[in-house]
Amino acid sequence: MSSILIRGGRVVDPSAGIDAARDLLLKDGRVAAMESPGKLAAAAKQAGAEIVEAGGLVVAPGLVDIHVHLREPGQGYKETIASGTAAAAAGGFTTVCAMPNTIPVNDSVETTRWMQGAERNASARVFPIAAATRGSMGEALTEYGSLKAAGAVAVSDDGKPILGEAIMHQALAAAARAGLPVIQHAEDTRMTGGCSMNAGALAFRLGLRGMPVAAEAGLVERDLRLLAELKGGRAHLHVAHLSTAAALDAVRRARRNGLHVTCEVAPHHFVLTENAVGEYDTNAKMNPPLRAESDRKAMLEGLLDGSIDCIATDHAPHAAHEKEQEFERAPNGITGLESALGLTLDLLHRKHKVSLSRLITLLSTQPANLLNLKGRGSLMVGAFADVVLFDPAAEWTFRVADTKSKSTNSPFDGWTMRGKVRVTISEGRVVFRGE
Amino acid sequence: MLPSAALSAVATSSTTGGSRSLLSVSSLAVQDVSAILRLATLLEGEEPVARALRLARRRVALLFYESSTRTRTSFELAAKGLGADTALISSQSSSIEKGESLKDTGITLRALGAECIILRHLSSGAPYLLARATGLPVLNAGDGMHEHPSQALLDLRTMLSALNRPEDTAGETLLAGITVCIVGDILHSRVARSNALLLPRLGARVVLSGPPALLPDLAQELGPGLTIERDFDRALKQSQIVMMLRIQKERLTGVHIDLDEYTARYQLHRERLRTSGPQAIVMHPGPMIRGLEITSDVADGPQSVIEQQVRNGVAIRMALIHRALEPAVQPGPGRKSAPVRGAKRSPAKKRGDV
Repeated sequence: MSSILIRGGRVVDPSAGIDAARDLLLKDGRVAAMESPGKLAAAAKQAGAEIVEAGGLVVAPGLVDIHVHLREPGQGYKETIASGTAAAAAGGFTTVCAMPNTIPVNDSVETTRWMQGAERNASARVFPIAAATRGSMGEALTEYGSLKAAGAVAVSDDGKPILGEAIMHQALAAAARAGLPVIQHAEDTRMTGGCSMNAGALAFRLGLRGMPVAAEAGLVERDLRLLAELKGGRAHLHVAHLSTAAALDAVRRARRNGLHVTCEVAPHHFVLTENAVGEYDTNAKMNPPLRAESDRKAMLEGLLDGSIDCIATDHAPHAAHEKEQEFERAPNGITGLESALGLTLDLLHRKHKVSLSRLITLLSTQPANLLNLKGRGSLMVGAFADVVLFDPAAEWTFRVADTKSKSTNSPFDGWTMRGKVRVTISEGRVVFRGE
Repeated sequence: MLPSAALSAVATSSTTGGSRSLLSVSSLAVQDVSAILRLATLLEGEEPVARALRLARRRVALLFYESSTRTRTSFELAAKGLGADTALISSQSSSIEKGESLKDTGITLRALGAECIILRHLSSGAPYLLARATGLPVLNAGDGMHEHPSQALLDLRTMLSALNRPEDTAGETLLAGITVCIVGDILHSRVARSNALLLPRLGARVVLSGPPALLPDLAQELGPGLTIERDFDRALKQSQIVMMLRIQKERLTGVHIDLDEYTARYQLHRERLRTSGPQAIVMHPGPMIRGLEITSDVADGPQSVIEQQVRNGVAIRMALIHRALEPAVQPGPGRKSAPVRGAKRSPAKKRGDV
């Protein structure tokens, strides 16, 4: 396998506590060495390494997105594993965790293996998240042990929240025994029938039924109560795409009480508010919905104070004809892999002065740790050679016309972004090279 | 009295989905409202044969995804009154039943020569999608729980006539000093939203009345000039105009209403009207459920202008279709004389006793 020397860059690796000028030697799909500038020249020459110049660039562990929808198997017209991971690579992601709401639902060892097959032509490492219940019907648990052995890194019925108290209790206990987290899309769907945006004055004005904050916060609180009942049993609850201040407060309280609960937030929930719905723009329709400004600020606050563990995109591609429908009929979700880093750099780093190291923690190191993805989210010697090189100052315009995804459903089309991915390397292989 | 320069202001102000569309009353500047009222009066007063030359053989499509009597018929009569050809497409008996999307239906109508589409749809915001997809002027004939802008305009025309107010005063003061009380199922009502957004901008106070299940507190945040008064009698006592609404059973999801209690508190009946609103003008956008929100003696009584509302629908909708197709109003091709404002309006027998 070939070697790569990345030289002249600024290495930001929170896992090693490094933010300094370093050269990096990648060999056989792993990080072979990290040294002060120039010191790896001989070793690189000996290995016949390809040279990647990183002057002026940040060199960081490849980004890790623990919440994407790759639509395969079953909905290849929206996205395939190949196209979705190409978008990931273009966005600086080298690891993505794929939700199980495929067709069929990924509740089996076969589908879990199939998604990781070399025939999928993935440009980034794909870790399946298996369904927590058979068919995500919320009735009978899937086989957590064998799913984990097949490569699943968590269980979730994302999009179809587990409402039944008994089954959620069982899921948390069984997942704890298997050493997997349960990821819950926190939405009490009994309160959100027919709803298509955040509840409030704007929904009233637009004549749309609104999803109340309580539908999210209520289910988070219920799950935390179940988690407390299992205390001591190593159960780990991860709350997907948190969107409300009330739910975040519940998570904070539970943590103070020593519960193993983690959470993620999607860029759109700390960048946009419900006002983006504007004149019924279906690219501003997602679930959880864009919320009020106070909730958006709470998400930012949570990222700044550390109570939110990571950023995840909830990349949810849909075909144009599906989004070009009446607002209430259009499916939920937006693509996110190629805009996440640009949005995060602009808002968190440039505007809110979050350090690059902290930003990489949120986008790579912490999500990798959270799902126990060994050797990811780190550039320490021996880690996978998953690297992103980006120019944190470069200004560019995000255009859905240029996306690697099969779908173009993004509200950020035409947005000016700060921070451009130049090179993405996945397990020692260059998978993306930007201009 | 017919300054066509002033009338052309209708076209110059930009509205959502093209300046000739009408998707929401919010997109109308106050001077647009005045111009539409004047145009309605002009067209209504014209000699029918001459009027029918204005949009002779132009093509207007009526696309109805929901049932309708008043709105559909009056839009159709309005278009025909201006000489336009109309085509009616309803969700039954069209390819919509086979699953054709709104976008494709709109593009098909455009390909068939439609120059304007009048859309009634069960989904809020659907007219925005249609306007974006076709680039044609779209007139919102009611979308879900969102808006019914032509209804608000015809209601306004009815109010001015019943109050004997001129329609050519400065727009901001058209309804100065007037309180309008809107009662009942505000939550599901597009008529309520359009009126509550429009009337305060013309100087009116709007009082909303109804039970919390049908009138959430946040309704007050729709805009300025709105208050909530849950005691119907107290609301009525402050109002010169009362607008009753039907409970929209088809849109009640998970909302349970005790109808006996509702009628006791919110029905407009003779006794209540005599006690709390002896001078009030009574309106209802229809369809009415007699015996529920309103009793027959009130609906058919001397204070009711419900029929005038329907009648005004044709004049207002002529103005809206004209504005959609011919933004610059020329003096009528066959206009005999300057029409006298209100000349053919509201027969006196139904005029409110004000």
